[in-house]
Amino acid sequence: MPKKDYVIQVKNLTKSYGENNVLKGIDLNVERGTMLALLGPNGAGKTTTVRILSTLLKFDGGSVMVEGYDVAKDADKVRSVIGLTGQSAAVDELLTGRENLVMMGRLYRLTKRSAIARANELLEEFDLLDAADRPAKTYSGGMRRRLDLAVSLIATPPVIFLDEPTTGLDPRSRIAMWDIIKKLMANGTTILLTTQYLEEADQLADQIIVIDGGKVIAEGTAKELKGKVGKDRLELAFANEKALAAAQKALGAGVVSVDEKEHSVTIAINDTNEDVKSALDTLSKQKIELIAMAVHKPTLDDVFLSLTGKQKKGDK
Amino acid sequence: MAVQLEFVKKPKVVLAFIDSLIMVKRSSQHIIRNTDQLLGTFFQPIMFLVLFAAVFGGAVAAALPQGVSYLNFLMAGIIVQTVSFGSTTTAIAVCNDLQKGIVDRFRSLPMANLAVLNGHVISDLFRNSISTVVMLLAGLVIGFRSNATLMEWLAIAGIILLFTLAFSWLSAIVGVLAKSVEGVQWLTFIIIFPLTFASSAFVPTASMTPVLKAFAENQPITHVVEAVRSLMLGTPSGGHITMSIIWCVAILIVAVPVASWLFRRKTSH
Ligand SMILES: Nc1ncnc2c1ncn2[C@@H]1O[C@H](COP(=O)(O)OP(=O)(O)OP(=O)(O)O)[C@@H](O)[C@H]1O
Ligand SMILES: [Mg+2]
Repeated sequence: MPKKDYVIQVKNLTKSYGENNVLKGIDLNVERGTMLALLGPNGAGKTTTVRILSTLLKFDGGSVMVEGYDVAKDADKVRSVIGLTGQSAAVDELLTGRENLVMMGRLYRLTKRSAIARANELLEEFDLLDAADRPAKTYSGGMRRRLDLAVSLIATPPVIFLDEPTTGLDPRSRIAMWDIIKKLMANGTTILLTTQYLEEADQLADQIIVIDGGKVIAEGTAKELKGKVGKDRLELAFANEKALAAAQKALGAGVVSVDEKEHSVTIAINDTNEDVKSALDTLSKQKIELIAMAVHKPTLDDVFLSLTGKQKKGDK
Repeated sequence: MAVQLEFVKKPKVVLAFIDSLIMVKRSSQHIIRNTDQLLGTFFQPIMFLVLFAAVFGGAVAAALPQGVSYLNFLMAGIIVQTVSFGSTTTAIAVCNDLQKGIVDRFRSLPMANLAVLNGHVISDLFRNSISTVVMLLAGLVIGFRSNATLMEWLAIAGIILLFTLAFSWLSAIVGVLAKSVEGVQWLTFIIIFPLTFASSAFVPTASMTPVLKAFAENQPITHVVEAVRSLMLGTPSGGHITMSIIWCVAILIVAVPVASWLFRRKTSH
């Protein structure tokens, strides 16, 4: 079997801020032309990891290689092959979208002609032509994010880091952003994306790593993770505590969480038709009365619950 | 992808120089876009000139050398004061960049990071030159006259540019150290205000108390003001030109590496 072509290789990466151990030994590999999603809650260490991999932050231990260059020793080489879209948009507010693109292109060492032509191409691709000659400070959140991503693609680097590219976007902008990212992947770009949304990782990534508290707690393909988590969630609500207790007993091991206040239980299901039917059968056989039910996609909470057996820590 | 990308292939120093030019363009665009600041560039100097001439003119006249009008005396002082305050825009611009994510973006590019500082300092030079020309024109309108030759005017321009450059680099240090733009404003106010007023910019030092006089006569702003003034009025410079150059070069020798070092340190945590 041929050796795998890893573009990003991270071994036992550690980083602490004073007493606070933020990364406690992260390992990850990203194969050429694939996307790895780093999935984790607030404070998990996603941004810290991305900043280290994109040469912005020094690390304490381990090794980080990008395109064969050591991030600690060859930062300049690394910078010429990566594009970074950070968690908060890093564009020049006073410059127009086009000026931002051309300027960054020239700083990537593009010739003036190339930078101008490529800027035009990206403005069109990212649906920013109408706003191209307005200062970026007049852009909406979604436009700014698109411009920010466009800026990091100006020199078509082979490796792209995307730190929560869709956080704060409305559903339509999110889907537009997904389309853009999918196009990038189709061009063979290697991508490391961070997200708090399981669905996003599922939609886009070839490989998912779940981190929490600076540690990898699970990894695999979306399919493998879902195998552990269940495809969907079925939430069943009851009239009172007595019915809730009876249902909990009847449904047994399938229950992944219980909400005492709402008198509801949540169970993981893999086949919507079959599993919903069997749950309802079980309840009706025991004459437990149901007052409401809903099927939804597993949330990050559900993932954590299934993978670690504990609720994720509250938002900071 | 349709566009064929071509990259600039030049030695590292040349690339770093190009980076600085790109950043000068950026900072200059900021100056033009920032309409509030433009107001400062054009109207504040004129206002100061007219106000000072009107308010102090009568009171100070007696202390002035024979045959020198207050307006002619004031011109050098008001120019130096304006460019001193003007150089603080470097501090604000540097601080602004560091507060926003834009510096992270620059750092993730294969560019010379110090180009960011160069850009702000050089564009500050442009802006202050414009302020100075505006003030001179306004001065001419209200009665300022000078017999300086072309060579003397070139010397004046040289001294003012050197002084602006030196103060902009000092200002860059403040910009890196400050935690917020308000902080910058306070810091520069506390530094620049005493320096410009405890100098010969607006009144001759002769009437000051001994301690103040000793300070005023030996600090860089007085030397620069006196140098420019003597060139404008055609009076002997009394070593002020040499002292101005020594001060400015000394400031640059210290401030450039310190600002660069601080900037590097701040941006590589
Ligand atoms: N400059 C810093 N100084 C001290 N602690 C820091 C610093 N930056 C980050 N941290 C800490 O490191 C931890 C991880 O932060 P990080 O920003 O990597 O999380 P994240 O996964 O990106 O979270 P989010 O989803 O909120 O963006 C947090 O506990 C945070 O408080
Ligand atoms: Mg983050």
